[in-house]
Amino acid sequence: MTVGEWVRNTSVYRSVIRHGVAPTNRNRSLIIFENLFLHVHPVKVREKTLRFTHTFWLGGITLASTIILVATGILLMFYYHPSVPQAYRDMKELQYVVDNGVFLRNLHRWSAHLMVFSAFLHMLRVFYHRAYRPPRQFNWVVGVVLLLLTLLLSYTGYLLPWDQLAFWGVSVGTNMAKQAPLIGERVRFFLLGGNIVSENALLRFYVLHCVVLPVALLLLISVHIWRVRKDGGVQGPPDDERRSP
Amino acid sequence: MPELEGMFGPEVEEEETLGRRDFFTQIGVGACAVVAVASGIVTLDYLEPKVLFEPSTTYVAGSPLDFAPGVVVPNQEKKAFVIGGANGIYALSAVCTHLGCITRYKSDESAIACPCHGSRFDLEGNVTHGPAPRPLPWLDVSQDANGNLVVDTGIVIARGKVFRP
Repeated sequence: MTVGEWVRNTSVYRSVIRHGVAPTNRNRSLIIFENLFLHVHPVKVREKTLRFTHTFWLGGITLASTIILVATGILLMFYYHPSVPQAYRDMKELQYVVDNGVFLRNLHRWSAHLMVFSAFLHMLRVFYHRAYRPPRQFNWVVGVVLLLLTLLLSYTGYLLPWDQLAFWGVSVGTNMAKQAPLIGERVRFFLLGGNIVSENALLRFYVLHCVVLPVALLLLISVHIWRVRKDGGVQGPPDDERRSP
Repeated sequence: MPELEGMFGPEVEEEETLGRRDFFTQIGVGACAVVAVASGIVTLDYLEPKVLFEPSTTYVAGSPLDFAPGVVVPNQEKKAFVIGGANGIYALSAVCTHLGCITRYKSDESAIACPCHGSRFDLEGNVTHGPAPRPLPWLDVSQDANGNLVVDTGIVIARGKVFRP
C-alpha cells in the first residue's frame, strides 16, 4: 500500500472527499460537483474553448489579478492605519522600512492596473465575439456591474496613500459627484462624511475599499463564472461557432 | 370527483374573503417590508455625521486699512482671497469652479489662475479663460469687535456686494 493509498483510505480523507479515484466518468463529474469552488465550472468543456486564441484568457487574467489583489491587500492592511497623518507615514514605512513592503505595495498597484486593463479588453473580446447576445445577455449586465465595482475599487484605493495625488484626485472626483442634479451635494457629503476631504473621508473610503466593494465583487464574480456554465459555456469567435454542429 | 366538491368551503366565498392563512401571510410580508424600509432609513441616518470636527470656515483677514484698492491677499489654508476693490473690500473663494483645485493669484498679470486645468479669472472672479464654467463665488465679509475683517468661506453672497467699513 502506498502512502497515497493509505491517506485516501483514512476516515478523515473519506469524510472530506467521498468519491473514489477510479478514472470513470462518474468520478470525473463528482470531482466538480462535490467541490464548492469547482462546481461553478462545467464538468466538461470543449478543448477548443481552452485555446489561447479562443478567449485570449482575458477573464482568467482579470480573475488572477483579483486574487493577487486580495492577497496583497490583506497583507498591506497589517501595516496600514486609515487615519491622518498616519496613513501617509504607513505608506512610506511600507516602502522604506518593512521587509518586502515595497514589493507588495507595487504588486498591489500593478495588479490593480492590470485588472482594469484586462477587464476592459475582456469586454471588448466579448463584444467583438458577439458573446453578449442571448442567452448571455444577463451575464453581460453582471459583467458591466463588475467593471463598475472594479473602477470604484481603483478609485477608493486611490485615496488611501493620503499623498497630494490622492487628496486632489478625491477632491476632484467628489466635486464631480456634487454636480449631480438635486442629490449631488448630499452624495458628496455622504461619501466624504463631511464637507471636506478629511479623516472621515479616508475612513469611509478605507471601509469601502477593504470590505464593502471586495465582498460585492467576489459575490458577483461567483455569479459571473457560474452563469458562464449555465449559459452554455464560453462563447468564442462566432465563425468558430457557426462551423460547429 | 364530485364527492370532493365543497370540502374546502364554497368556492365563491374563497374568492371574496381573505383566508386566515393569507391574512397572516400579508401581515408577515408587510411587517418585513416595514422593517426593511425602516432599517434602510435608520442606516442612512446613521451614515450621516452629526458632529463634524472640521476647521472653522471663518478667519480674521486683518484691518480694513490694509486693503487699499489693488491689494490682493490670498489665504492658502482657508482657500480665499481678500481684495481691495475700487469701491470697497470683498472676498473671493479660491476654489476653482471647474473641479475644486486651489487657484493662485498672479500679481504680475493681476489675474487669478488655476494650476490644474488652466482656468483663469479676473480680480472680480469672472471667468476669462475656461474650462471653469462659473465665476468664483463672493464670500461674506464682516467686522469683528476689534474692527478687523472677518471672512466666512461658508457663506456665499451676491456678486458685486462690496464691504465698506
